[in-house]
Amino acid sequence: MITDAAPIVTARLRQHADSHTLERYLATGGYRALRKALSMHPEDVAAEVSKASLLGRGGAGFPAGRKWSMLRPNPVRYLTVNGDESEPATFKDHLLIECDPHQILEGSLITAYAIGAAQVFIYVRGEFALGLERMQSALNEAYRYGAVGRDIFGSGFSVDVVVHPGAGAYICGDETGLLESLEGKRGFPRIKPPYYPAAMGLYGEPTVVNNVETMSNIPWIVLHGGDAFASLGEGSSTGTRLFALSGHVRRPGNYEVEMAKTTFSDLIHAPVYGQGLRAGRTLKAFIPGGASSPWFGPELVDLPLSQDEVAKHSSMLGSGSVVVMDDTTCAVRAAWRITRFFARESCGQCTPCRVGSGWLEKIMRRIEDGAGREEDLDLLLDVCDNISPELVWPPQQTTICPLGPSIPPSIYSAIRMFRDEFLVHIKDGACPYA
Amino acid sequence: MTGPADTAGPEARPAGGLSPEALAQARELVALYPEPRSALVPLCHLVQAEHGWLTPQAMVEVADLIGVTPAEVLGTASFYDMLHTEPVGKYVIGVCTNIACLLNGGIELLEHAEERLGTRAGATTADNLFTLEEVECIALCDKAPCLTVNWRFFGPLTHDGFDALVEDLAAGRLEGEVPRHGILNRVRREGGLRVAREEVLAERAASDQALEQRKAAREAVEKREQAQQGQGGKQGGKGSA
Ligand SMILES: Cc1cc2nc3c(=O)[nH]c(=O)nc-3n(C[C@H](O)[C@H](O)[C@H](O)COP(=O)(O)O)c2cc1C
Ligand code: SF4
Ligand code: FES
Repeated sequence: MITDAAPIVTARLRQHADSHTLERYLATGGYRALRKALSMHPEDVAAEVSKASLLGRGGAGFPAGRKWSMLRPNPVRYLTVNGDESEPATFKDHLLIECDPHQILEGSLITAYAIGAAQVFIYVRGEFALGLERMQSALNEAYRYGAVGRDIFGSGFSVDVVVHPGAGAYICGDETGLLESLEGKRGFPRIKPPYYPAAMGLYGEPTVVNNVETMSNIPWIVLHGGDAFASLGEGSSTGTRLFALSGHVRRPGNYEVEMAKTTFSDLIHAPVYGQGLRAGRTLKAFIPGGASSPWFGPELVDLPLSQDEVAKHSSMLGSGSVVVMDDTTCAVRAAWRITRFFARESCGQCTPCRVGSGWLEKIMRRIEDGAGREEDLDLLLDVCDNISPELVWPPQQTTICPLGPSIPPSIYSAIRMFRDEFLVHIKDGACPYA
Repeated sequence: MTGPADTAGPEARPAGGLSPEALAQARELVALYPEPRSALVPLCHLVQAEHGWLTPQAMVEVADLIGVTPAEVLGTASFYDMLHTEPVGKYVIGVCTNIACLLNGGIELLEHAEERLGTRAGATTADNLFTLEEVECIALCDKAPCLTVNWRFFGPLTHDGFDALVEDLAAGRLEGEVPRHGILNRVRREGGLRVAREEVLAERAASDQALEQRKAAREAVEKREQAQQGQGGKQGGKGSA
């Protein structure tokens, strides 16, 4: 449905400029869900979330309830909230952290209760200076209010929360890279098995890592029930989701829509969302789910925003960011810039990723600069194939973490969709768009 | 050489090390974590709030606070783009050129910035006022092309808008909006942890036990019901019309 209604995570922040304060949070029903959860059995809280079939909003789309149930039994368990948001063109968590930190906190406290964690770490991307301030202020307020700390609301449940800053490294968004970083080390992703966070996470203890937006949905689910959440959306894509729309649209921004009921075209064109392309421009291609996802052409613009539907066409909703490219876009340049991002952010542990990303970036660069050769196209695909064999979807992984297989999609998408454009660069010895 | 980022009087801070206030805050931070080393990155941010970059002296102090060697501090810090192992200007300007910004003139904005400041990305102006950097997506893509100054966000910016911003910064008109370096220095945590680890473990053991008991009880009930259902035949199953 194309409406401006924001039923779940952005309702408060869209109505109130002071949505980040405790006063506003309480005035709009805040911490009621935590009280309700604390009156329930932890297992029943988890059961509601399972019923909601809430998919993780960090990129992998794993069901939150199932993740919680996989936690190894152990006296010490941790919850780590992933607010490292660095996937290019993704800017939804930034908004939630700055404008509704209490909602994240309440969701995290409920989750801690449900999984039996006594300590929560909220990892906030270091670049979010204001976000870190707002998150810490919210936490200070919540401690004073009695929602965090000892014997919360007289329930007997106690939990501490720490807001932890990152320092500029995309790879720390990967859950095991994040845990390394939280332990004060370089953010090198860990080898799985054995280092599945649910089994051997932070300091070797079982740990749940969940995204900021995932946490933001929890209070609503507890208040309204998992069934109410699951009744929104369709198939496995339940509830609402925040989509970050950017690129060549008139009104870029974050839009919360009911899953599967809205199409990419609605998101790009509807007056309440993107308001269409600029005058006289046509759609060339769009990226459906962040820089790691394969691109779509205009023929797929009527697909619904559903995880299953997008997967059927060999791509993903990923981190929920949609990048629109109009007919003034040079596909080579766009794919080159994304490749350079991965080349810079590769942590260097795996040879195909470290070396491959560097090669790919250089080859893409020389094509864009007009110094490419026709054989370069096969070479690009060959190097891509070495990072992620067969270039299939979902991608096969030869590396420690999924960053490696995230490199090929923009390159093979650009080549498959715009081969002619590569050839013009090569034949003319220059970028036709420059 | 001390960081050129200092704005307070030189008497306020020791040569390259942590000031007494920062040291107090550092100790609080270390106490928040089960393992002291977890405080490494936060402590580096505190150092940068004072000096703009990680001075060798401060790295020694950080190492002492968390029980590692200074080389480990440097080796870890060098992994992170925000942590500077060399002096930086009073204002670090980071222009984003990633995909959403690229599509909206981000690379051109960076080129303009290089020209206007007379320095290349990665370098500092001769007057030590500005360090220019090219940064990856700063999650402000709806304001593309955009940039950060000491991690305060600005966008979308025209080339004229950039010039005006630089002039305002140079003239000191944005001191409130753009504080000096550091991201943890404006809001401080109130107090430490409230729950002692031993208490947590005791509580957990008790609640796990209670949980087990309740589960056992529930399973017993379920078994009994199943047995009864088995006798009475299938009643009101899910698929019944
Ligand atoms: C290279 C890389 C970067 C990632 N960056 C983020 C991120 O910034 N934020 C996030 O929530 N998840 C990120 N993820 C996904 C996390 O590994 C993890 O799946 C997620 O935090 C789990 O939370 P969820 O189940 O609630 O989605 C990233 C994964 C990879 C491989
Ligand atoms: S795939 Fe790349 S980023 Fe991931 S662990 Fe390997 S080298 Fe590091
Ligand atoms: S691409 Fe520039 S802020 Fe996201």
